[in-house]
Amino acid sequence: MNDPRIKRYRLSFALLALLLVLLLALNAGVGSTALGGAELWRALLHREEGGMAARILWSIRLPRLLSAALLGGALAVAGYLLQTFFSNPIAGPFVLGISSGAKLLVALTMIGCLSRGLVMRAWVMVAAAFLGSLLCMGAILLVARKMRGMAMLIVCGVMIGYVCSAITEIAVSFAEDSNIVNLHNWSMGSFAGIGWGDVGFAALLVLLCLGWAMLLSKPMGAYQLGEGYARNMGVNVRSFRLQLILLSSLLAAAVTAFAGPISFVGVAVPHLIKSLFGTAQPRRMIPACFLGGAVFCLGCDLLARMAFAPMELSISSVTAVFGAPVVIAMLLRRQKR
Amino acid sequence: MENPILYTENLSVGYGADPVLRELCLQAQPGKILTLVGPNGAGKTTLLKTLMHELPPLAGAIWLDGRELERMREREIARLSAAVLTERPEPELMRCFEVVAAGRYPHTGTLGLLSEADKDIVRESMELVGVFELRDRPFTQISDGQRQRLLLARALCQEPKLLLLDEPTSFLDLRHKLDFLSLLRQLARSRGIAVILSLHELDLAQKFSDRLLCLRDGKIDRSGSPEEIFAGDYPERLYGVEQGTYDVRFGSVEPPALGGAPRIFVLGGGGSGIPVYRALHRKGIPFAAGVLPENDMDLPVARALAARVFTDRAFEPVGEAAVAQALAVLSNCEGLILCPERLGSQLAANRALLDYAGEHGLLLDRKGLELP
Repeated sequence: MNDPRIKRYRLSFALLALLLVLLLALNAGVGSTALGGAELWRALLHREEGGMAARILWSIRLPRLLSAALLGGALAVAGYLLQTFFSNPIAGPFVLGISSGAKLLVALTMIGCLSRGLVMRAWVMVAAAFLGSLLCMGAILLVARKMRGMAMLIVCGVMIGYVCSAITEIAVSFAEDSNIVNLHNWSMGSFAGIGWGDVGFAALLVLLCLGWAMLLSKPMGAYQLGEGYARNMGVNVRSFRLQLILLSSLLAAAVTAFAGPISFVGVAVPHLIKSLFGTAQPRRMIPACFLGGAVFCLGCDLLARMAFAPMELSISSVTAVFGAPVVIAMLLRRQKR
Repeated sequence: MENPILYTENLSVGYGADPVLRELCLQAQPGKILTLVGPNGAGKTTLLKTLMHELPPLAGAIWLDGRELERMREREIARLSAAVLTERPEPELMRCFEVVAAGRYPHTGTLGLLSEADKDIVRESMELVGVFELRDRPFTQISDGQRQRLLLARALCQEPKLLLLDEPTSFLDLRHKLDFLSLLRQLARSRGIAVILSLHELDLAQKFSDRLLCLRDGKIDRSGSPEEIFAGDYPERLYGVEQGTYDVRFGSVEPPALGGAPRIFVLGGGGSGIPVYRALHRKGIPFAAGVLPENDMDLPVARALAARVFTDRAFEPVGEAAVAQALAVLSNCEGLILCPERLGSQLAANRALLDYAGEHGLLLDRKGLELP
């Protein structure tokens, strides 16, 4: 088909894929020990006998770049789902306080486990984060039922986020000294220090959620016309909304459990992707947002590592620097219309 | 009579435990338009929402195509009944084609991909309501009239046997109201779709409906053909109109007449008096109108607005007796306004009024009074 729109979708997907490959390679190669193309290739193929380069690549860079890609993608999709749910283009896991809720419960669980000398397993972290996300989501839903208007919803979300962050801070300041460094790094958000086991678990979880989201793309499309029309077309609205909540909370929880709270990706990326594709069709947006989130977070992580090397920035401050202006630009453009 | 697409048995509708409407029995026939009318808050929207399966019935049953609505699956309902709602969707980055294509929902597979046959139906629906040229425009950037047509095309895409429309003409101007209802009329007839809609415009309801259902005080106050409903002063009673009148023949609404002794006599006839009656009424000047044959087109407005009206038998020249009565009132007036360019044979007797006014200096200049 020679439809110009189809062509645009294909080109956009190709562009995202190209950027993804490029950034994956850059993230693998760039660092305190730079690895060239040939070196990288050899290290990738010979994990055992590749020497120093292979060890750096396999034990440090690969898990980090894979988690940045997976979790970044998950965050963008979570944002897109929340925007669909609230019919609000600036909704996202961070602005609505959902990430902070997840952070709070993970921090509390972490302190509890570490002080008893228990090792936190990945699924425990995710479960705690999921519970935190759901609690905050519940609070937001109560607020959303009481008032209309997208600005108020966001203000409430930000407030809930602050409350959760404050409690987290308090909990962290009472934690034992040995835990603080660990907790502090994590609560600022970082893709560093995620092991292969966690990456595997995160990949499984995120890809399952992605598949689930794709299955919801049809009712999501109908829901874009509003709840009444969706119901009239045969969408079981109650079940659909519940699935959206669970799915977006699960995605946000996975990200927070492994990388801490990361700001603005959930709002900025879906917006950039929609503008790039010129459509909001869910079955195209879900994979595209995933790719876009992966590209965005890989780029930000690269900057976080390299901008002031050897000092490392928190990922959230980099995503905020790039994400917040996008959100402001989007708001300005909407105002004009 | 054909089998109805939808009928209800002692249906009660409302929110929570309190029924807004009780014991409703109604039916929608294929190819016919059933219009719900009634004052604000009578429960038109609540009833429609219940028929759309958006609200559960509080009592009684709804039967859709021979099956009870409450026992049907969402998808089965969506294949039989489609709606145009009052909510105004503002989907981001959605083209008109996509909005209409959304109506294929109950017919497509798990991922909602459109087959060529689906696309043909979308195209056909858009052509039927005359919006195919809008297919690539963003939905948020079209006019209200176009939007309603598109939403109708979307509903048609569901290939329903029943269309439910909640005040579909509310945001439309006069021309688009007429266009939309004519289109609906034609669709009902050509496709054999049963239509149930609610309307605020009584005059339009009268002209486009096969049956009317008047809702008031928690029940069906009256139902029947427009001719049955629009007999006598029923519309005024339905809406509890106390100020003013509603002319059932023309569907025109008039404010209440000004009381008191007439200050000006308007000599009208053949439609020439109407603008003058209205202008005097606006200025708050009580007036008398006459002498008009009973079939004169000035008469309905004169009856609604004038303090006194003088008439004589229809299809006959105005008689001397009626003019004599009018003359008595004219003698107490401050002036007379002559409206028609010539009196002709039917109004000839009115010349006596004109002569009297001329002799007594009562003949008024319309321009001087800032009258039309």
